[in-house]
Amino acid sequence: MKKSIIQIKGVKKAYKNVEVLKGVDFEVEQGGIFALLGSNGTGKTTMIRIMATLLKADEGSIVINGFDIKKNPRGIRDSISLTGQFAAIDEILTGRENLQMIAKLRHLKNPKEVANELINRFGMTEAADRRVATYSGGMKRRIDIAMSLAGNPKIIFLDEPSTGLDPEARLEVWKIVQELSASGTTVFLTTQYLEEAEQLADKIAILHGGKIIALDTLEGLKKLFPPAKVEYVEKQPTLEEIFLTIIGKKEAI
Amino acid sequence: MESTNKYFLKDMGVMFGRSMRHISRSMDTIITVCITPIAMMLLFVYVFGGAIQTGTGNYVNYLLPGILLMAIGSGIAYVAYRLFIDKSRGIFERFHSMPIARSTVLWGHVLTSLISNGISVVVIILVALLMGFRSSAGILEWLAVFGILAIFTLALTWIAVIAGLAAKTPDGAGAFSYPIIFLPFISSAFVPTNTMPKAVRAFAENQPVTPIVEAIRNLLANKPVGNNIWVALGWCIAITVVAYIFAMRNYKKL
Repeated sequence: MKKSIIQIKGVKKAYKNVEVLKGVDFEVEQGGIFALLGSNGTGKTTMIRIMATLLKADEGSIVINGFDIKKNPRGIRDSISLTGQFAAIDEILTGRENLQMIAKLRHLKNPKEVANELINRFGMTEAADRRVATYSGGMKRRIDIAMSLAGNPKIIFLDEPSTGLDPEARLEVWKIVQELSASGTTVFLTTQYLEEAEQLADKIAILHGGKIIALDTLEGLKKLFPPAKVEYVEKQPTLEEIFLTIIGKKEAI
Repeated sequence: MESTNKYFLKDMGVMFGRSMRHISRSMDTIITVCITPIAMMLLFVYVFGGAIQTGTGNYVNYLLPGILLMAIGSGIAYVAYRLFIDKSRGIFERFHSMPIARSTVLWGHVLTSLISNGISVVVIILVALLMGFRSSAGILEWLAVFGILAIFTLALTWIAVIAGLAAKTPDGAGAFSYPIIFLPFISSAFVPTNTMPKAVRAFAENQPVTPIVEAIRNLLANKPVGNNIWVALGWCIAITVVAYIFAMRNYKKL
C-alpha cells in the first residue's frame, strides 16, 4: 500500500440540528485520484470545506500532509489548493493577472514565470490577456484549475469539477485531472456522476447517510456484485458519442 | 500566527494591486457615483438656490460639503456590491484556503473604497469650482477636510462591509446606502436648520451629518470650527469602531 497523505477519523458536522456528517473515516493515498461519490446534499462539499480549513468539524481528527488541522491549519493551507464548485476567479482581471495574483499570494519568487508556464500548459496563450468576464464556461473552469496549480500544491481538492460543463469541456477537465495525478499530485474530487468516478478515480468512496458506506477501487467495488454474466447486447452509440463525433473532437479523450 | 504576520504587508500589496485594477477598469462606477450628487448640486444652485436664505453670499460654498457626503454615501454601495461578488463567487473561499494573512482580504476592499471615493470627491470639487465654488482655506484646512472625509468614508465602508457580507442578492447589498444618501437632506447641508419644525430640527441638529457638514464648511471658509469638528470626528470614529466590530464578527463566521 502507498503512503497515505490524508487521514480522516470520526469527523462529525451538524448544521443547527441537522447532522450532515455522522462519523466519516477514510484515508487517501499519495499521488492517486480519490473520488468522493454521493447524491446532492449528502455532505460532500461540507467534507471538502472542512478539509480546506474553511469550516470546523464538530468532532473527529483530520491530518493532511502530516499537519493536524487543529494545531496547524496553515501547514495544511500550504499543502493544498481548493477549486470550488463555482469558478472562483476575479472576472475584472485577465487570466494572466489572476494567475499572477494567486502566485503572489502563495509567496512564490517568480509569479510572472509561474503564470506564463501555466498559460502554456493549459493552452491559453490567446485568451490570457483578455478579461475573464469574456471567457466561456469551459475556459473559466480551466483557468480556475490552473490557478489552483500555482506553486504546485501537493493535494488538489476539486469540488464537482465538471458540473455545469458541456461534454467537450468535461473531457478536458478529466484530461487535466489525469495529467495532474500522473505528475504526482494527489487529487481529491467530489462528484455526483458515477461515470466521472469510474473514468478517473483510483479509489472511490461512497458517502451516504453521513457515513462512508463503501471505499475501494473500482474493481473492488465491482466484486461486491455477483460475477458478470456474458450477454449479447447491441451497442447503440450514446448521444454523447454521437455529439463528439459530429463536432470532431473525439480525439480529445 | 507569526508567519501570518510576516506576510501581512506582502499580501496587502497584492490585494491593493487588485483594488487599483478594479478602480481603473470601472471608471464608469465613479461616474455613476458622481452623477446624482452633481445633478443635485446643479438643481440646488440654479433652481432652488435663489430662494434659499443661508446668510452667506455663495450658495455653492454652502452646499458643497453636503454634496460630498452624498457622493460618499452612494460610493459605498459599490463596496458592498464588490464584497458580495467576492463572497458569492467563492473568491473569499479561495483566498481563505490559501496560506495568506486573512484580514488583508477585507482591508483590500476598504482601501479600494477610500481611493475610489477620494477620486469622486476630487471630481465633484472640480465641478463645484466651475460652478463658482471658492475657498480661502490653506493647506492645513484642506488636509483637515480630507481627513474628515476619509474617516467618514471609513465609517460608512465598514457599514458597507456588514451589508455586503449579509446580503443575499447583489441589489440587496447596496440597498442600505439609500437612507445614508438622504441623510444630508434632513441636516444643515442644504438649508439652515432654524426654519425647520421643532422635531425635525432636533433630529437634524443631532444627527452626524450636521456637525460634519458644519466642520467642513467652516474649514473651507477659513472660519473657526469650534466644537463641531470634535463632534464630527466623535461620530465618525464611534460609527467606525462599532461597524468594524460587527463586520469582523460576521467576517470570521464565513
